[in-house]
Parts: sequence; C-alpha cells; structure tokens
Amino acid sequence: MAENMITVHIIDREGVKHDLEAPTDMNMNIMEVCRSYELPVEGRCGGMAMCATCQCYLESDTELPEQSDSELDMLDEAFFVEDNSRLGCQIQISDEIDGIVLRLAPEGN
Amino acid sequence: MIETDIIIIGAGPVGLFTVFEAGLLKLRCHLIDSLPQPGGQLTEIYPKKPIYDIPGYPTVDAGELIDKLMEQIEPFKPEFTLGESAATIDETEDDQFIVTTNKGTQHKAPIVMIAGGLGVFQPRKPPIENLESYEDKGVEYIIKDPAFYQDKKVVIAGGGDSALDWSIYLVKNNIASEVSLVHRRTSFRGHLDSVQQVMDLAESGQINLITEAEVVGIGGDGKVEHVTIKHKTEGEFQKETDHFVPLFGLKPTLGPIGEWGLEIEKNAIKVDTRDYSTNRPGIYAVGDVNTYEGKLKLILCGFHEGTIAVQSAFARIHPDKKNVLKYTTVNGVNGF
Repeated sequence: MAENMITVHIIDREGVKHDLEAPTDMNMNIMEVCRSYELPVEGRCGGMAMCATCQCYLESDTELPEQSDSELDMLDEAFFVEDNSRLGCQIQISDEIDGIVLRLAPEGN
Repeated sequence: MIETDIIIIGAGPVGLFTVFEAGLLKLRCHLIDSLPQPGGQLTEIYPKKPIYDIPGYPTVDAGELIDKLMEQIEPFKPEFTLGESAATIDETEDDQFIVTTNKGTQHKAPIVMIAGGLGVFQPRKPPIENLESYEDKGVEYIIKDPAFYQDKKVVIAGGGDSALDWSIYLVKNNIASEVSLVHRRTSFRGHLDSVQQVMDLAESGQINLITEAEVVGIGGDGKVEHVTIKHKTEGEFQKETDHFVPLFGLKPTLGPIGEWGLEIEKNAIKVDTRDYSTNRPGIYAVGDVNTYEGKLKLILCGFHEGTIAVQSAFARIHPDKKNVLKYTTVNGVNGF
C-alpha cells in the first residue's frame, strides 16, 4: 500500500462490497471518497451535515470520534436511521479508520 | 402579466448578483423563488455558517452575504415573485418567454436565466409506502391554516422546531381535538423552551407524546382514518386520526424545470461555457443548477457565470447595439 493511503470498505445498496483506496493527506471524508469512485452517494449539502444523503451504517468495530451536535441533529430528522448510523461526510479519512466497513443507507433522505 | 428584460429563476446568491451585472447593462430583472425570502439555501439552510471563499471577505456568514447582495443590487430595483415556483415556460411568436408559476403568476421576458441551485425546496417525505395516495386526503406536509384542524385528531411526526411548535399551537389554541406527536427518539433537539412546553403538555395529558416510535403506515377508505405506529420495543399499533402531518423539513429537487426541454445531465442543465446558454436559445443556466466540463459548484464561479451570461443576453435583446465593457470604478453604479 502506498504511503498515506488506507482502505475503506463500502457496501452499496445492492450489497456489493467495494474496497476503496483513500488518501489520508487530502482532507477527504467518506462521502467525498464514495463520490470520487462514482458510488451512488449524493452528498447534496456538500458536507455540512445538513442533508443525510450520505448516511451509512458502521459495520466494523472501528473507533470513530464522537459525533458532533450538527451530525446528531441531522440524524434526528433523517429517515432509515439505526443505532449505527453515521453521516459519511462527517467521517474524515485518517489512519485510525483503516479497514472501516460502512453500508450505504437507502435513498430517500 | 409581469414584464421585464430577464426572468431569473432562483433568488440565491447567483441569481441576486446576476441582477447587478444585468443592471450595469441597463437590463431589468424579475426573480422567482419558491422560498418566501431571497437567499436560497444560504438563508434557508445555513444562514449562520461562515463562507471563506468569497473574494474580499476573509469570512462572511451566509445570511450576511445575502444581505450584502440585496444592498448591492438595490439600485437596480429588482422585483420578486416569492413563495411560488416556476412551473411552465411558453414561447410567444415575438420570441419572448412566458414563465408561469405554480400559483398562476405570469412573467414575460425575452430572456430566462435559470439560477435554480439545487432546485425547488419541497417537504421531505417519510418513506411510507402509500403516503402519496393520501396527500390532500388527510396527509399534509405544511400547516397553512391551523383552523383547518379545528376539532380534528392530528398526528404530527418529527422532532424539530416545526413539529414541536405546531403541536403546541394546535393544543394551546384549542384547535385540534387530539394532538399526538410521534418522534423517533426520546429527546428533542428543538428550542429548549418549546421542548419544555411539549413535555409539560404531555405531562398534563394534553399532548399524546409517543417517542422512540415512527409512523410506518397509513390506512383509511379514501381518506386518512388511522396510522400505524411502530414503537422501538412495544411493536406496532394503530392510532385513529383525521390527519397525519409529517414535518421533516425541506429538500431541494430540480422540479418542473427538468421538463422544459433542456438538456439534462446528472440532474443539472448542460450549458455552453462561452455564454452559459442552454440548448434552448434565450434560456441560460448559471450557478449550481448547470453543468459543463470542469464545473465547480462554488458561489464565486456562479458570479462569473451570471456576469458572462448577461453579456450574451444583452446581445440577444439588442442585436443592433454595440456594448462596451465599462468599469464601475470609472462609471459608478447608475441605478434605475
């Protein structure tokens, strides 16, 4: 694996798992990585935690930083929310999340 | 019929700044926007968020940027049709366009500039299978006239301020005969005062507060008669009601503009980057609503696009007039 690269595993809405290489030095988040690989993640609000179109479910035991108030506010109003729901735009690509597994939430938010 | 030189669809930052650039060319503008106030998503979604890439402003709050743009375009006396969305477009024999809103307001101009951003803001609809078949038959997404709910049973869903505030309003003004508020969690993230009021009304039995629950079904013969509520631990149960009002905020969709015969790619309008014209002569698209090779969805890029587009619009309106670029520093801003 090249330096400054990690792997994130995204399970799309058809159940297909995509192993994506993501750079840790580009200030990217999961929503942006998905979009750059042309996975069907809308990211309508541009990453402000204001639309929930990048909602996904955390399926690995990866330790993530605590959710911000704005993320919790949005998830409070979003549809298809589960206990392991996260907004992809609020998960920064870093060495700590190498190997993370996320499943895309259904469309409709 | 409202007549103008340029009909601008969308009163977000790009639509507003286009008024300024059009005004320098002595072209008048009329803006149409589905929201009740100018500013688009900047005022509707993130008025307090800072923006750092507006040239000359190290930081500016989104709402403040809109205030400044309104001040900047004031000399050109823009007119607005607010709270209405552009629905249809027709071409007249004398090469003019007539844009009609969903409320029937008609606008006529030789140029249409679409600055629609992400689109028309419409209520977010919860994923309930037969929801749409009960629209206007007991399902409403916006409370327009509270008196409509006089002596009715109402189930409101949502956890934000509008769900809280309307629940309180319908109870305190003795309007609804029964108010149930359904929310997915036990806590609410609305204004503390509203949350406290709802808790107090629930305590005194005036609001039927159902938390850790979601409305998952609707039933009734031709109109809403009951909803199915799914509780996190207690499972599903039915609740009799006359109305179901899901209040989950707004989301933008391209809407009727998508049916205007314009070339669409990935939910955006394709334009020629020489002048941001669409495939229909006289119709332009600027800002987040357009797409082209190398497109960046940035406010500052939209400002550029609007500036270029009005030059082309001028040439189309006045094919015989010569137009020379004039600097505001030399000529000032001569309003209408």
